[in-house]
Amino acid sequence: MNKISRRKFVAAGLAATAGASGLAAAATLAKRYGLVPPDSGGIYGPGETLTYAAQRLLTKHSLAREFPRSMISKVPFPNELAPFNDAFKRQQASGFAEWKLSIDGMVAQPTSLSLSDIRSLPARSQITEVVCEEGWSYIAEWIGTPLHEVLDAAGVLPQARYVVYYSIEPEWWESIDMADALHPQTMLTYAMNDGYLPVPFGGPLRLRVPRQLGYKSVKFITRLTVTDSLKRFGKGLGGANAEDGYAWYAGI
Amino acid sequence: MLDAVSPRNPEAPRHALFVRVTHWITTLCFFALLITGAEIVVSHPRFYWGETGHDLTKPLFRIPIPASRNLVPTGYRYVMPDQNGWSRYLHFEAAWVVVLTGIVYAIWGLWTGHFRSNLFPAPGDRSWRSFAAVMARHIRLRRPGEAEGFAYNSVQRATYLIVIFVLLPLVICTGLALSPGFNAAVPAIVNVLGGRQSARTLHFFVSGLLLLFLLVHVAMIVLAGFTNRMRAMISGRISYAVSPPPTLQERT
Repeated sequence: MNKISRRKFVAAGLAATAGASGLAAAATLAKRYGLVPPDSGGIYGPGETLTYAAQRLLTKHSLAREFPRSMISKVPFPNELAPFNDAFKRQQASGFAEWKLSIDGMVAQPTSLSLSDIRSLPARSQITEVVCEEGWSYIAEWIGTPLHEVLDAAGVLPQARYVVYYSIEPEWWESIDMADALHPQTMLTYAMNDGYLPVPFGGPLRLRVPRQLGYKSVKFITRLTVTDSLKRFGKGLGGANAEDGYAWYAGI
Repeated sequence: MLDAVSPRNPEAPRHALFVRVTHWITTLCFFALLITGAEIVVSHPRFYWGETGHDLTKPLFRIPIPASRNLVPTGYRYVMPDQNGWSRYLHFEAAWVVVLTGIVYAIWGLWTGHFRSNLFPAPGDRSWRSFAAVMARHIRLRRPGEAEGFAYNSVQRATYLIVIFVLLPLVICTGLALSPGFNAAVPAIVNVLGGRQSARTLHFFVSGLLLLFLLVHVAMIVLAGFTNRMRAMISGRISYAVSPPPTLQERT
């Protein structure tokens, strides 16, 4: 081994050691600052963690694009739905008069809101795009109350990190971190374009998360649970789609 | 056997270790991105122009294959198996690897003068006449002479420059434009492309150009002598039968 190659060898060794300890330090910091998604395990974990961490570090407060009224899609697209269960059909028969949204978990005051309670909260309207992971998209005006209004009223405890939300339909639930839960465009939506939110689009109540793909905007919402960990929910991956092999964080 | 290479033939240094490592990482990522990208297209093999588009709107064009989702009007009764979950995970993980590799490669290429000396047109080759002559040899599928194994010819240089500095940045930007989290932070990236569906369509076309490059690249390697060219990109050394490269001649 001549001098130059020995020097190169030592430099490569030092670089590798620095790289490995740098990675370990980054992993510890990432965990502490909430940059690790619940699906960070397995062979796709590193890529998913990079995506989520990068988005949280760089784009935490950005707003989804909003469009002029002229760009609202003349024909929106209601995605395929499984046949409704009896609980939904009963609600539908009574015009959703008995629809309730319960808020529990890490909140000071667990509560239950009717649709008229929600409609009396401060409202917001936004013209945003629904973006499906398949590739299609449409623009609509969505009207509702920002999720943070409901969370603020219930009093989220300081250790809260996620909001888990459930559809009335079985096996349909998702979760988002507090950055998205408190984001001004994340909205409990009860109206669309010129009327109440139609059933095919998630009526009477849908959680719209416009900075993530459509599958995070769960339809027919009846329950919110605030938590500090997703481990106790299902398989611990944070949502029905994640359990089906889809990324938990759908902001890409 | 295409190559007249025997173990007795002398070898000359060809590709730097850094070029070889980044070349093969990129190759691996490209295959991962190509396969998973195709799987994602299968869930919605219709393309649109502008901001929005879905099953109920007119496509710009469609690929005449069955889809992996029920509602897509393909004309086939057959629905393909859904592979989007792992495809999307792997697509974005491979994208991270190729982007990080590309950044390190670009810094290294500028630092060492790799781009200037090996990719920008060589001083004697900067005329259209000489470029056209080399192009004519390519089109007639003339097997290159031994001297062309020691340095890239002008057509190779132009092609590699276009792939590295035009197509790869474009495919990354059109892909990032589709991320609802990223385009919330940088709306210009999707707005300059004419909208989300335009960005998706362009992402598909640029990927097609990269695939075309791959096919021609491999065909040219076969034409030039598969074993010797692969040896050069793996071991870094190329063998020759007649005369050593000018750099070696100078030294001896």
